[in-house]
Amino acid sequence: MSTTLLSIEALSLSFAGNKVLDCVDFTVSRNAIASLIGPNGAGKTSLFNCMTGFYRPQRGTIRFDGHDMTGRKPHIITALGIARTFQNLRLFREMTVLENVMSGLHCRSRAGALAAIFATRAQRAEEGEIVNFAKHCLAFAGVAETKWDRRATTLAYGDQRRVEIARALATKPKLLLLDEPAAGLNTAEKDELITLIRRIRDEIGISVLLIEHNTALVMNVSERISVLDHGEMIAEGAPENIQENPRVIEAYLGEAGEEMAL
Amino acid sequence: MIATALRRAGHLVLRFSRGPCSPFMRRAGVAIILAFMALAPFVLHSYGIVILTNALLYIILALGLNIVVGYAGLLDLGYAAFFAVGAYTVGILTLNFTVDFWLTLLVAVFNAALAGVVIGGPTLRLRSDYLAIVTLGFGEIVRLCARNLSITGKATGLTGIEQPWIFGWHIDTPRDFYYVFCVLTVMAVIVSTRLAKSRLGRAWLYVRHDEDVAEAMGINRTTVKLQAYVIGAIFASIGGAFFAVNLGAISPQSFSFSQSVIILMAVILGGMGKIPGVILGALIIILGPELLRDIGQLRLLVFAIGLLAIMLFRPGGIWPGRI
Repeated sequence: MSTTLLSIEALSLSFAGNKVLDCVDFTVSRNAIASLIGPNGAGKTSLFNCMTGFYRPQRGTIRFDGHDMTGRKPHIITALGIARTFQNLRLFREMTVLENVMSGLHCRSRAGALAAIFATRAQRAEEGEIVNFAKHCLAFAGVAETKWDRRATTLAYGDQRRVEIARALATKPKLLLLDEPAAGLNTAEKDELITLIRRIRDEIGISVLLIEHNTALVMNVSERISVLDHGEMIAEGAPENIQENPRVIEAYLGEAGEEMAL
Repeated sequence: MIATALRRAGHLVLRFSRGPCSPFMRRAGVAIILAFMALAPFVLHSYGIVILTNALLYIILALGLNIVVGYAGLLDLGYAAFFAVGAYTVGILTLNFTVDFWLTLLVAVFNAALAGVVIGGPTLRLRSDYLAIVTLGFGEIVRLCARNLSITGKATGLTGIEQPWIFGWHIDTPRDFYYVFCVLTVMAVIVSTRLAKSRLGRAWLYVRHDEDVAEAMGINRTTVKLQAYVIGAIFASIGGAFFAVNLGAISPQSFSFSQSVIILMAVILGGMGKIPGVILGALIIILGPELLRDIGQLRLLVFAIGLLAIMLFRPGGIWPGRI
């Protein structure tokens, strides 16, 4: 088994002539915690959307765990082992926390319409497994048991973030993509998030790739950082190397400099 | 006046369903309803039985459409087409080829499922509004075919469809058919309830709430929607098959656009995705005009105003609570 879990080669994406991603090369190794950073509009979420099949890149290949993922549909990519959360919370409204997390198990279960109509023994057993695993994911993500039967959208913001992570974990992924998981969290919640990310890797063995703006969190948790700017990958390496990289400083300070001028 | 009565009834139901409703109470409620259904023919005169049978037929149709519209969120404006497929399959096969009714029932189910796949396969990828237009077109195509083909008896339709036998029992009186429809209705409720609580039922809700996220959770939205569409079609075809043998005659007027609208109205009125609500909706749609018969020509107007009032005051449907 190769040590590379995800490898992207020469990926280009453009919308109506606007280049969003330009010949991006990118890899994530097995058992890694990696981050993708870059100024606003650098193309980070677009890269996520290419990995998960929501966007179809014009050129380039995406390989994941021995499968060619280029141009595959999102549900197939999820079944093959990439799960994601969303930048702006997207829980299923009007459904309970538990039901939200149970959605992740759809691709890991099989009972069809006839099994449900006749309530076969296998179907009932599978339903029980779905509920149990969903509860397990919620407990792992740190959502208190008293909240499992509440409507997901009535929970506090930090809890909703946890439910999203639990829902992604329920798909039993090999790679978890977190799109700005710390956005809107307070300091204590950010610390808990760092612990959770580490536990996801150490205890379940899932690789984690996050997009994040919070530099302190990124430097703290990631082992490898990739920097995207204007759709180009400008630097890759360990956190301490990234901090000193002149191109990264320019990409970020260029922005900061403009802000200072105001 | 009707609207306030209905609202009050709705609040009563709300209190009942939210309050201490133990499994025992629920079971008792179901038992009372079943007892009423079993005893009704002994109290009612024959016209009442016919009306009640008709109401049961619409409950079955509305429960089927509820899977498509209520659970999966697909706006289907041509649902009566599947009703027609069921009725005409039985009519043609029993009259022209003297096939046994129970065998034609299987063929009817198969035909409806096939029609569902053929229509749904390409169109379910479309957004809801386009889907509505395509299903509307499909409904009209089926009706026009029935009206113009000689095998479907053109505008006069088919007559003399024989009533079926089961285990030596000839199902022929209105009371016989009433009980047959009772059994079908109970089956439709059980199937709907079990599907709603299943993995597939949840998948319909996920897709209805947020297609993209559902897809990201590993749900193939097209397959899941197609399953809803086909299951809805099967409900309608079974309803159509028994409709044909009950009346003994079918004609294209029974499968018009307004038929699709009436069934859709029952679903929306009672509350999409809520089984008791849908049943209530179908009962109101069918029994409402009958109960208002005394006020003569005004009854449709009063009925229409009542419907408007319900939609204004309870846009989520009469039945309270979430799905």
